[in-house]
Amino acid sequence: MGIRERLSGNEAAATAMKQINPDVVAAFPITPSTEIPQYFSTFVSNGVVDTEFVAVESEHSAMSACIGAEAAGARAMTATSANGLSLMWEMIYIASSLRLPIVMSLVNRAVSGPLNIHCDHSDAMGVRDSGWIQLFSETNQEAYDNLIMAHRIAENKDVLLPLMVCQDGFITSHSIENIELIEDEKVKEFVGKYKPEHYLLNKQEPIAIGPLDVQTYLFEHKAQQAKAMEAAKKVILEVAEDFEKLTGRKYGFFEEYKLEDAEIAIVCMNSTAGTAKATVNRLREQGIKAGLLKVRVFRPFPAKEIAEALKNLKAVAVLDKADSLNAAGGALFEDITSGMFVNNVQVPTVNYVYGIGGRDTTVEELEKVYKDLLEIKESGKIENPYRYLGLRGEN
Amino acid sequence: MNNLIEIRWHGRGGQGAKTASLLLADAAFNTGKYIQGFPEYGPERMGAPITAYNRISNEPITVHSNIYYPDYVVVVDDTLLDSVDVTAGLKPDGAIVVNSTLDNETLKGKLKNYSGAIYKIDARKISLETLGKYFPNTPMLAAIVKVSNIMTEEEFMKDMVGSFKHKFAKKPDVIDGNMKALEIALKEVEKIN
Repeated sequence: MGIRERLSGNEAAATAMKQINPDVVAAFPITPSTEIPQYFSTFVSNGVVDTEFVAVESEHSAMSACIGAEAAGARAMTATSANGLSLMWEMIYIASSLRLPIVMSLVNRAVSGPLNIHCDHSDAMGVRDSGWIQLFSETNQEAYDNLIMAHRIAENKDVLLPLMVCQDGFITSHSIENIELIEDEKVKEFVGKYKPEHYLLNKQEPIAIGPLDVQTYLFEHKAQQAKAMEAAKKVILEVAEDFEKLTGRKYGFFEEYKLEDAEIAIVCMNSTAGTAKATVNRLREQGIKAGLLKVRVFRPFPAKEIAEALKNLKAVAVLDKADSLNAAGGALFEDITSGMFVNNVQVPTVNYVYGIGGRDTTVEELEKVYKDLLEIKESGKIENPYRYLGLRGEN
Repeated sequence: MNNLIEIRWHGRGGQGAKTASLLLADAAFNTGKYIQGFPEYGPERMGAPITAYNRISNEPITVHSNIYYPDYVVVVDDTLLDSVDVTAGLKPDGAIVVNSTLDNETLKGKLKNYSGAIYKIDARKISLETLGKYFPNTPMLAAIVKVSNIMTEEEFMKDMVGSFKHKFAKKPDVIDGNMKALEIALKEVEKIN
């Protein structure tokens, strides 16, 4: 029946890592994910895990150590945020192209500059095309659950891709909330032992990892990565099904909240989805058919499934907590609208860039977005598809 | 109690407003509630104004924003009253608890003659008496529990023994003083409006 607890998002992530008990954790502290390696190093010191904790001197080295460990045949994890992820950049691509199923807890924070320690999704969006699986988490519970499912997805032999579990910096990482934990033994059994097929410390099979890959090969290897990302979709759902049997908690590519009969809907990720649920409830009391689609799996991107889920709506607003600074729209908006176009779904859709650098987002503001959608539904017209929410001087 | 109670804490960095909000979340959690306890992180410096929040409910809480229309406000340091609009958005039928030794009329004036309930407590005196140091958050925690009636005093005191044993595992000599501070604060918090 699970264990009733109250934990912050960072405590939840560290608890999941404790229960997973990986072979190696290599990390360098950065706000707001600092507490994760901090708590974890305490577990190591107290002997509650038998992980080799590598206190590196930078995030570049943290990812390098994870790559070395994973290539050697170990299960490796790390945690970071924002500029820490930026400093990993070079190794992020190497991890995914070497097909090493490293798992990262990414506590989302604005990438500098100017310097800002608060939440937005610019860190995750910066690596969206790097070949990592990206799962987003509304709550501490989802950050925990996603981490428990992570290795089963990443290590599947049809996948073999690194995976990051995202949650909102401070908003969930530093908020104490109720959570239901799974018993240690059940987690251990669910996650299972890591049995890599090919690894450097296998003396029966001497191999090289990451040699020169010239014109004649790189293209094919990239296509294999793309194929693995495609294959991850099926595996993500299979693992979610097993997870539901274990916990009763159901996960898919996305969560539909009162979407079935909705006429207008918001699409967003992470903690804002919870605030949007409260907004939907308030609007439903007013007789407005509002709904929500919360994206959980951003990479691989379930374009077709999302288009299908949105096809009967009269107007949609996609909320991006990172600006792509491209004079066209945020990353989630572009993915959703291109998915709709390719799948012949024609629903008026607008983009709101919001919550940059930790700007708070309230029920009242989201209510305003739904009211904008009602106008679009009535008029069928969109004058400006690329908008801001909560920007001073704009609204 | 109402189904959802929202509380906003105003303090200065180092006074423990964040810790108090987390302890309150803990105590409410232990009586079976759904809880949120979170600080608003700004540039953190000793003495700078800080804000922390609690949501407490019988139902799961999904909202993840700061609190703009609180049911209750706790002011841990009355020197904030000159620079921070502590009653902003406070519901007219709510209440505010201030750590202060100001006379009642001056205090009401500084609270812009807020129409709801106003409570005053001298957390400095209680803290110095019981702990020998100025930690206003412990008395303020007891005061808000009493004013908001989130749980009974018995439930609260029983739960706090456990919390303090956990929190002060490495310095158990301060547990008794903290419990005494709670006990006195529950008695001394005074309604002035």
